[in-house]
Amino acid sequence: MYHYNDFDTAFVRNRVAQFRAQVGRRIDGSLTEDEFKPLRLMNGLYLQLHAYMLRVAIPYGTLNSRQMHQLAMIADRWDRGYGHFTTRQNIQYNWPKLRDVPDMLEALADVGMHAIQTSGNTIRNVTADHFAGAAADEVADPRPVAELLRQWSTDHPEFQFLPRKFKIAVTGAEADRAVIRAHDIGLRIVERDGAQGFEVIVGGGLGRTPMIGKVITDFLPQADLLPYLEAIVSVWNLIGRRDNKYKARIKITVHEHGIDEIRTLVDARFAELRPAFSGVDQQILAGIEAQFAPPPLRAAPVAPFETAYAKDPVFRSWADTNLTAHRDPQHAIVQISLKAHGATPGDASAEQMRVMADLAERYGHNELRVSHEQNIVLPHVHKADLPLIHAVLQQHGLATANIGLISDIIACPGMDYCALATARSIPIAQEIATRFDELKLEHEIGDLKIKISGCINACGHHHVGHIGILGLDRAGVENYQITLGGDHTQTAALGARTGPGFPAEEIVGAVETIVQTYLDIRSSREETFIETFRRTGMTPFKSALYPDKEAARDAA
Amino acid sequence: MSREFTPKVVTANDLIEGDAIWLTEDDGWTRDIAQAELIEDEAHGQLRLLHALSQHSVAVGAYLAEAQLGEWGPQPVHFREIFRTRGPSNHAHGKQESA
Ligand code: HEM
Ligand code: SF4
Repeated sequence: MYHYNDFDTAFVRNRVAQFRAQVGRRIDGSLTEDEFKPLRLMNGLYLQLHAYMLRVAIPYGTLNSRQMHQLAMIADRWDRGYGHFTTRQNIQYNWPKLRDVPDMLEALADVGMHAIQTSGNTIRNVTADHFAGAAADEVADPRPVAELLRQWSTDHPEFQFLPRKFKIAVTGAEADRAVIRAHDIGLRIVERDGAQGFEVIVGGGLGRTPMIGKVITDFLPQADLLPYLEAIVSVWNLIGRRDNKYKARIKITVHEHGIDEIRTLVDARFAELRPAFSGVDQQILAGIEAQFAPPPLRAAPVAPFETAYAKDPVFRSWADTNLTAHRDPQHAIVQISLKAHGATPGDASAEQMRVMADLAERYGHNELRVSHEQNIVLPHVHKADLPLIHAVLQQHGLATANIGLISDIIACPGMDYCALATARSIPIAQEIATRFDELKLEHEIGDLKIKISGCINACGHHHVGHIGILGLDRAGVENYQITLGGDHTQTAALGARTGPGFPAEEIVGAVETIVQTYLDIRSSREETFIETFRRTGMTPFKSALYPDKEAARDAA
Repeated sequence: MSREFTPKVVTANDLIEGDAIWLTEDDGWTRDIAQAELIEDEAHGQLRLLHALSQHSVAVGAYLAEAQLGEWGPQPVHFREIFRTRGPSNHAHGKQESA
């Protein structure tokens, strides 16, 4: 587990003290909102529809038990007893009072956490595969690199006033669980001839103009990483468009200039920058790697797991759905679903946070992860401990066996909280999950990812959902546009629109129609939704969704 | 051609609490839209908005929102403004708690 060094600690404390003074001056009237707003955004404080919102960074989604306990304490003491885990592996508090925010930040600093740079045109919180350091399919743990990037970009003078915000994601595995193709830069650790390096993907992003990132180099030697990334950011800083905020993201730069021209420019800039990197960064990286040393895993019989698996169908269903292979066969990666049917995706109560923190402390080497799918992960659990863990989770509404299924929905806060929203997302997610739970079809349907955003900013990743839902305002009424065929993994793709949107009362029915169509036309139980969609294309889904239109066309 | 002016209220977020507030006729702020001043004249609306924007130490991000006269006073028209009078739909938090 990485620990902040003295410099980081002093920096964070200093920032809290500064912000406390700024809040004081805002409240006594010596700062106007225009002066204060950029300051509060730098400290993760937004003003939403009903209250302020504090967004706390969880770098590469890794937390220890003490930190999770502190998040619970903050939720109880200064918020409404819960927190919302987001697709950016952050936690958001929806109800802080302006006066209390400095105390909340102080409490975060006590456990080495902060809300810095979760906003503004800077390099944002670097995200990583939530199974990092545990997954069986991993070349290397991506978090040391994510941490190196965090240290390099935090307060880097050249990166404080970029054309737009900039997001980086890192994975160490072939299976992409970090959505690296939808980030400004995506990195995948690869091995070639025994040496480690990176596949570098650039220019992905969702939002108003969604793009799948393009490969700029398929192998970058490890030691070249920082100068190469600096070259990319520098080229974009120079030729990126500052005239129009919607065209300023690097995805537009890559799209307008083409990946080949960008590659040429980056290579030239890289040649200039490379000599300045003497290798200190590699020493720092080695130091960070030591702090991410894998936990000592115990060797013990897994018989208790096998017994429970054979005897208890509820446990078996949970184990089949919520566990992932660990690199050590006696261990498992546990996903704790924050998607109980009918609950708000990503919300956890303070009590649930404490339960998860305690489980991690006792059975999980003190480690928790936040997944971009808005669930919590215990990365290193011995299989013998699973029956007990499952029993505890059951008592706290945390044992829902639905990871990767239709009710494991990503949803942004939408118009229930967000000031930018054009429609609500949360109630749509709640209704879909409740409906398919009633139908008892989830396990029959299998792998199906629904992702919902409440506006074009796409915080809910709707473009890369197998079924994507985008909430819009159509003449003063909430209306939902559906896309099909999106994919957030290594085979990333953007979904295509089905046609006209649906009002709120019809959206659950529309999703049901799509799913029923899939069940009718899949070639076998093994063919997943996305595979069926790729085989058949949009037509069967379209005719099922818009039968009148089809009829009208046939008649014409 | 400017369209016919539709009635408005001035609304903002409270500086400390962060919740929705509405401007009243006597230059105060209320948490109940029904107590707000219903503005039926465009020029007057601009003046009231300017006044609200000068209230730095109370109100943040003031704007004019469409409203209509209901039984008890002004009511919101757009669903976004309706939600602002209530709170989120997933938890009974916000204004609906005390309603
Ligand atoms: C509620 C307050 C929020 C506000 C005001 C907000 C605002 C925004 C805006 C304006 C963008 C678009 C930026 C751009 O395209 O340049 C954006 C993107 C994004 N937001 Fe949020 N957001 C909020 C909450 C969330 C939450 C809760 C999540 C996670 C569930 C989230 C995840 C993301 C992600 C992943 C993107 C990137 C999409 C992309 O690749 O362009 N945001 N957000
Ligand atoms: S997608 Fe839109 S509505 Fe949803 S959180 Fe982002 S900005 Fe808000």
